[in-house]
Amino acid sequence: MPPARPPHAHHDHDHDHDHDGGTQLSEIDLRVRALESVLVEKGYVHPATLDALIETYEKKIGPRNGAHVVARAWTDPAYREWLLSDATAAIAALGYPGGQSMVAVANTPTEHNLIVCTLCSCYPWPVLGLPPVWYKSAPYRSRAVLDPRGVLKDFGLDLPPGTQIKVWDSTAEIRYFVLPERPEGTDGMDEAALARLVTRDSMIGVGLPLTPAQAAQ
Amino acid sequence: MNGAADMGGMMGFGPVVPDAETDPLFHAEWERRVFAMAIAMARTGAWNLDMSRFARESLPPAQYLSMTYFEIWFAALEKLLAERGLVRADEIAAGRALLPPGRVPRIGQPDEVAGILGKGKPGTVRDVEKPARYVVGERVRMRNMHPATHTRLPRYVRGRTGVIELNHGGHVFPDSNALGKGEAPQWLYTVRFAGPELWGAGTDPALSVSVDAWESYLEAAT
Repeated sequence: MPPARPPHAHHDHDHDHDHDGGTQLSEIDLRVRALESVLVEKGYVHPATLDALIETYEKKIGPRNGAHVVARAWTDPAYREWLLSDATAAIAALGYPGGQSMVAVANTPTEHNLIVCTLCSCYPWPVLGLPPVWYKSAPYRSRAVLDPRGVLKDFGLDLPPGTQIKVWDSTAEIRYFVLPERPEGTDGMDEAALARLVTRDSMIGVGLPLTPAQAAQ
Repeated sequence: MNGAADMGGMMGFGPVVPDAETDPLFHAEWERRVFAMAIAMARTGAWNLDMSRFARESLPPAQYLSMTYFEIWFAALEKLLAERGLVRADEIAAGRALLPPGRVPRIGQPDEVAGILGKGKPGTVRDVEKPARYVVGERVRMRNMHPATHTRLPRYVRGRTGVIELNHGGHVFPDSNALGKGEAPQWLYTVRFAGPELWGAGTDPALSVSVDAWESYLEAAT
């Protein structure tokens, strides 16, 4: 067992792995390598499969997929309606992966949506890729359902009092993501420019899209 | 089970520490390898999704809470492999096979990975013959139950009353699937709760929390 650390350390930078090209490997690094050797030797997995999986999940999916979906919904009312009624099909229609039941939830001037998985780390991979560390961490999972306003303040987001906050705890295989409101001052912008305003955090609900001025910085 | 993974409503973990969208998703190479091994082994069919979730959430609470996310994945992977006689702890310590390979239903091939981000029908959707018992808008109470085995009913909603918000059709029932007792699909609903119903008087009335819940988690509210 590795030594105990604070619960779900926010970043894993405290591992003694070889940051600087050194040769010292942590105990877990050695155990992981050992297990991989055994799995390959026993023929359960092909080493090239592992490399391909990493490449696929790290590089081929990510929040730019979702940004495209959101920008399309901002510019095409029929697409927006489709996305809100059948997100699984509407997302697949833009060429993004299927295989998960998707639901898009729309923010309005009076209602703000927030996504969490209190039980593990369920996250809308087809539109956002793999989850960030904080999403999987105890502070977020414990408090998003109890004190969402406090969580949003941790992200620097202070919603007006009275704004309805709808928290979606992803306890099944339905994957939720937020359709944020289109920022003001974006009337003449095309889909590609709008997509650059759509942040990952705005699709989880812990942030808002960038304004054109913020994006220009 | 009432394990450490069921965190909704717990206190004392401190603030959430945001990152930048461009930050890496893995912080060491071993995390990548653990992730890939877990996905690849799941695809052999040696266990199902719900069994792997139970392997993680049934780690002793003190251990679960002191581990990072991918340490939990790794510990669960070791447990799943050992339980099935596929890899023993002494083989990991030795870094080589000490026993002949066990049998797994299928071996994945590298060229299949391109299609892994599935197309088509989501993986847990199933037909359910009998009609749905509840309709959207109906008030329901979550059962007060505490199974020692896998469940996806969080503690913080047990015994609480909410309103059916969505009906997602039939889905594999995790509580059964995790035990290897079959997929036993059931109707899956989203149930929405008002903040004060969950957290008591004084809670922000503008808060609501929704969970997804299988039909057998629910009973009609009286």
